Amino acid sequence: MSRSTGRLGAIRALVSVDLALFFRDRRSVILNLVTPLVIAGLFGMVFGGGKSTPGKLAIVVIDQDGSSISQAVTTGLAAEKTLQVTTMDEAAARELVRKGKVRAAVLLPPGFGEAAGRAFLRSTGKPRVDVLYDPSQPYTLPMVQGLLTQQVFTAVTQELFGGSDGTRLIDESLADLDAGGTDPATATDLRELLQRARRLNQRSRADAANSADAAARRGGLSVPFELGDAPVTSGSTPYNPYAHAVAGMGVQFILMMGIEAGVALLLLRRRGLWLRLKAAPLARGTLLSARVISAALLSLIMLAVLYIGSGLLFGVRINGSLAGFLGIAAAFALTTAAFGLLIAAVGGTPEATRGLAIFATLVMVLLGGGWVPSFLFPAWLQQASLVLPTSWAIGGLEAMTWRGLGIGEALPVIAALLGFTATFLLIAVWRFRWDSVRD
Amino acid sequence: MLEVRDLSKSFGDRLAVAGVSFVADTGRTLGLLGPNGAGKSTIVNIIAGVLRADAGDTRVHGRVIDSDTSPAKRLIGFVPQDLALYEELSARHNLRLFGSLYGITGTELETRVAAVLDVVRLADRAGERVESFSGGMKRRLNIAAALLHEPSVLLLDEPTVGVDPQSRNAIFDTLAALRERGLTLIYTTHYMEEAERLCDRIVIIDHGRVLADDTLAGLCARVETPARPARPAGPDRATLESVFLELTGRSLRDE
Repeated sequence: MSRSTGRLGAIRALVSVDLALFFRDRRSVILNLVTPLVIAGLFGMVFGGGKSTPGKLAIVVIDQDGSSISQAVTTGLAAEKTLQVTTMDEAAARELVRKGKVRAAVLLPPGFGEAAGRAFLRSTGKPRVDVLYDPSQPYTLPMVQGLLTQQVFTAVTQELFGGSDGTRLIDESLADLDAGGTDPATATDLRELLQRARRLNQRSRADAANSADAAARRGGLSVPFELGDAPVTSGSTPYNPYAHAVAGMGVQFILMMGIEAGVALLLLRRRGLWLRLKAAPLARGTLLSARVISAALLSLIMLAVLYIGSGLLFGVRINGSLAGFLGIAAAFALTTAAFGLLIAAVGGTPEATRGLAIFATLVMVLLGGGWVPSFLFPAWLQQASLVLPTSWAIGGLEAMTWRGLGIGEALPVIAALLGFTATFLLIAVWRFRWDSVRD
Repeated sequence: MLEVRDLSKSFGDRLAVAGVSFVADTGRTLGLLGPNGAGKSTIVNIIAGVLRADAGDTRVHGRVIDSDTSPAKRLIGFVPQDLALYEELSARHNLRLFGSLYGITGTELETRVAAVLDVVRLADRAGERVESFSGGMKRRLNIAAALLHEPSVLLLDEPTVGVDPQSRNAIFDTLAALRERGLTLIYTTHYMEEAERLCDRIVIIDHGRVLADDTLAGLCARVETPARPARPAGPDRATLESVFLELTGRSLRDE
């Protein structure tokens, strides 16, 4: 028998034992094959569950003013398709926000409408509108503030150009101009503008009195454009939030398996099996290759089960390059195997090593965007996460699934993952304690 | 024949083996005796090719073990002190694996697996998981795993630790049968009666050095000096234990 045939036979035997050990342990099989699918399903459900429109944001409006402007603001907010609006007093609203039952509460104080109308014409005495919000949901604040600004702007200008209070507010502004304090040229232009606005208000109110239709079309300034949305995915396939969750959880649980492969090597040494393996006429490369191949094969099996399962259960599809997907899967499988070997090389006791490695993996998956999308991170952290294999793997798997990108997008990911693999292997071989007969 | 010449090995600043030499003749049993931490296991691990010596060499039938893939490693069967078995797998699965590591495949592998199971009297339990075995059965399987590639030298590092007298006796019978077949046995143990019963020659080691290398009779004669003459028989006659204590001292070794 040639040396290479014998080496291949030994590798095959060692790999088959690793696979047999994996599949004989029912708990390990469930943990590694079923759990990622379940967790990915939960994450996918949390992040949209396949619906293209997100759920409505529950907010409260506290209208302490009761003016036509504050009522128009409340009605306008309630008409927003992204909001679910209720009204109540301040104490009740604060309690709901504190308990996390609603995301925010908009407090329109007494005199708000009057002050806002005056401030619009004279830029002084602006009323304060507080948005009480749940600090655990900070991203709702800018959204509510934006919608509120739009509604206040619309309601105030509607009142000025078509409401009963509008005429009075314009008259007050004209009286201020007459009182002086503004340079003559500017006062003349402003007076003309206000007088025309007054005429517009009077005509608008007269039309509204004669026609219900005209009343509904009461004049006022509004945002000068219509907002539309068009999610950009692969062709006509809608975004599938499960695809992101499957990529994140797949990477996490496969790395966990890699940790177990590394810890298993430490346990081999502890149990004396390492001595028996080393006593055989096998090169170190043969022993390490077998470990790398078995861990990589298990990674590929896990990925296959995860993507077949998520395809059947959650409709996750490889809308991009199949070759790219397979390339990324294979490269990440090798990265995982090398990661396991690295753990065995630098680890101490199996117990301590497992704990530390799990911690490191969870941090890597978090920073790699496996749990929450990485755009939520600060810009520097998004850049920094590129040094993590998790970031490349998750991004690459997403690119080949719901983003529907081609092989051109997969190649840099494959190259990066193979780079991580080579780095991990070099460190592992350098630091591996070959002569350590017992730990 | 196994020759060990001027072996030395250090772990950091600690000198574990210092110029150890001895010879084990073909078909004979050589005992390695020493207190805890004397260097026995280090020597056995070097002979097995598991550890690299800093100096010196080991030759089996004149062939040096000088690398991980050295062909001379095929001439040695190694029974580590710890049970080197996959407990989750069956006895047969374990043996197939260890045979494969030596390039044995197919029908030949199955034949040899059956043969070694017969030798250690575990043929009827071959399909059972090792974790269901008693301590003695595991020890016997541990020996069987070292026999698959039909070595000419068998290294046994305390192979009877933790087994009951019946199992120990069964192991002795197995070893006697192997010696009958012409295997050279290197046997490390703490048990003096085992060395007295099994070994043709005994090497006593302490602090990494050979203190004595002789037959049992020769060792006993060493302490039966003119000042302390040999007695024909009885409790005052020198025993291996008395020789051992004479050479290695009576202080406790907790290492």
